[in-house]
Amino acid sequence: MDDFIAARSQMALSLGFHIVFSCIGMVMPFFMAVAHFYWLRTNDVVYRNITKAWSKGVAIFFATGAVSGTVLSFELGLLWPEFMKHAGPIFGMPFSLEGTAFFIEAIALGFFLYGWGRFNKWFHWFTGVVVGVSGLVSGILVVAANAWMNSPAGFDYVNGQYLNIDPIQAMFNDAWFSQALHMCIAAFVATGFAVAGIHALMILKKKNVRFHMQSFRIAAVFACVAALLQPLSGDISAKDVAKRQPAKLAAMEAHFHTEAAAPLIVGGIPDSKAKEVKYALKLPGMLSFMVHSDFQTPVTGLDKIPEQDQPPVAITHFAFQIMVGLGVLMLLISLCYFVAIWKKKSWLQHKWLLRLFVLATPMGFIAVEAGWTVTEVGRQPWIINGIMRTADAVTPMPGIVYSFYIFTAVYISLSLIVTFLLYRQIKMVDKLYDVSPTA
Amino acid sequence: MIYVVIAFLWAAILLYILLGGADFGAGIIELFTSSKNKQYTRTTMYQAIGPVWEANHMWLIIAIVVLFVGFPEIYTTVSTHLHIPLVIMLFGIIARGTAFTFRNYDAVVDNMQKVYNKIFVYSSFVTPFFLGVIAASAVSGKIDTSAADFGAAYIFSWLNWFSVTVGFFTVAICGYLAAIFIIGETKDDASRIRFIRKAKQMNVAAGILGALVFWVAHSEGIPLNEWLFDSAIGVIALVAALLSLALLWYLLLKKGKVYIIRVLAGFQVTMILLAITLRHYPNIVILKGGKYLSLMEHAGQEKTIYSLGMALLLGSVFILPALFYLIYSFQKNKGQWH
Repeated sequence: MDDFIAARSQMALSLGFHIVFSCIGMVMPFFMAVAHFYWLRTNDVVYRNITKAWSKGVAIFFATGAVSGTVLSFELGLLWPEFMKHAGPIFGMPFSLEGTAFFIEAIALGFFLYGWGRFNKWFHWFTGVVVGVSGLVSGILVVAANAWMNSPAGFDYVNGQYLNIDPIQAMFNDAWFSQALHMCIAAFVATGFAVAGIHALMILKKKNVRFHMQSFRIAAVFACVAALLQPLSGDISAKDVAKRQPAKLAAMEAHFHTEAAAPLIVGGIPDSKAKEVKYALKLPGMLSFMVHSDFQTPVTGLDKIPEQDQPPVAITHFAFQIMVGLGVLMLLISLCYFVAIWKKKSWLQHKWLLRLFVLATPMGFIAVEAGWTVTEVGRQPWIINGIMRTADAVTPMPGIVYSFYIFTAVYISLSLIVTFLLYRQIKMVDKLYDVSPTA
Repeated sequence: MIYVVIAFLWAAILLYILLGGADFGAGIIELFTSSKNKQYTRTTMYQAIGPVWEANHMWLIIAIVVLFVGFPEIYTTVSTHLHIPLVIMLFGIIARGTAFTFRNYDAVVDNMQKVYNKIFVYSSFVTPFFLGVIAASAVSGKIDTSAADFGAAYIFSWLNWFSVTVGFFTVAICGYLAAIFIIGETKDDASRIRFIRKAKQMNVAAGILGALVFWVAHSEGIPLNEWLFDSAIGVIALVAALLSLALLWYLLLKKGKVYIIRVLAGFQVTMILLAITLRHYPNIVILKGGKYLSLMEHAGQEKTIYSLGMALLLGSVFILPALFYLIYSFQKNKGQWH
């Protein structure tokens, strides 16, 4: 492995690790706030227990997300100094604001976790909401910075110089809205399905059924509403990418040849040398329709992109298929759940619906990882789209390979410990909270 | 606006040393506590720093964001040539933050606690040590940006006696701050006396290591004496620090108000930082061959600095009152000699 690939792998690993924790950190507080609200309103002690149990999970995930985020803010300079030297002053605005949002989140979390019985109960509830809102704002801001790399704005690039910098314009680049929307909804889908799935498993095991049933309902409603909205935001994103980054869209779709009535390629194995996709299902005209709302308009293929500017097709295409495939599955589960709530109450008594949710536990997060793979790998070979190549941004320091190995070991051990802690939290539910025996 | 940004950078570094430092110090004290008192120390510390510890470490993020947005060349030079100590420090931050949280949120209390404790105390030592190493290396004039071989470019920029001594000095300062802080958190006389003793020991250690820093600087040809005693403000700052230290010892012996003792300890550290930074201002990094990286010359373009300054001002409107209220709420009924 050479140092350049090692640097990219280390960055991918760090981001891939961080994104799980930040999603949970920004979404769980909303679940908590709902449970907390029910507790304050109904005095049903189960809701208080749910709030407390979830808040312990949030504390674990927030701390891990905070340290891995700190690491990232350094890694940008450790691995990509040439990029940060030029990009820092341009796309730094969302980061400076994010510092504030993150700070507020940490303060509010201090109030919330340690505030039981110390403050007015509604003030205490409110601090929990602040944790969620500031987490969400942090997420939007960081995604806006990433969007700038896809859609650079707010400067003039003249003879290798970055002139007339306008950080506000850079923050509100063309991609920020579609990317931030897609990510926020994705965070709700992923966290919602993960939480609902774990509680569904516990219900199936007949452990503290009431506790887990009430938790399940809160998480499932968030997850399913978000899963229904996600295709709409995906459509906005796809149209946006087609306009701004035709190379990325072509790689996502493994669309080698520019053609009218472009087919939508589902699955298959792209062969970059032969410029074709084997074993794929092709839906004629559908890609043209999805991108241009018209079955005939041509869609730019990879043949229009110079070879040295093309992203890796296979990885981008596979990742995109995984993301969309899992999104569709979760959409179907959500539809079942809503039918169950509104039309077929009897479904809720059946095990198969809960089993579906158990099956879907990791789906959202796999989709999130796949989605980030699409956006990051699909932007290659650029670190700033069309301006700076990733290979030109990497640190001159040799030996990054070893750094990558150590980071990998650290992140694997951390994942194991967090999983272990979570397992213990769930196992101890009945001992920690005197769940009523009527359950 | 550049002055606003620089002021925020300086304040963030100071607050990180004071609050984050006391926080690291909690682990350092635990490391140097005899095993029979460890559990008590741990509980007291946890109650004191639990609600605020996440917030304490945000100052590092603020400082780093100000650097990479406003002064990208400084940020990238430092992160290229001090790559290795920075990575070790990051591992320390990861280990410490997670171990601290895990030991409090592990639903089952068993032998895993020992693992968390070990990780917590050792990383509490390693992290500020490397922070000290990094800070010292940045001003030691040993970073060679034109070095061709690996050792000169990436190792000896930070692996030298001066940086290492400053690393130990930083650890002692953190332990000192934590011990002073924790005196006001104790519930009984015996433990208060123990922490007062701890504070004195840490103070003496910091004093000895501080002297050692001067001696090593002298033998390595780093003009630390000149930096500190050349300007009137530097001398005044150091004299003020010494006077307040004398007053602090007097109050420690006389059982004075705990808030005043805390303020005095914070004041000393502030004066030390002021004396060190002022002499070089606006230069923040001193490279080999007498080259400098300056906050004025290496700042970003005007619009960047303006919007960064506005973001910081706006941010402090939200952060400071909330942070103040957080600290106030959890300190309300403490901080007295009980």
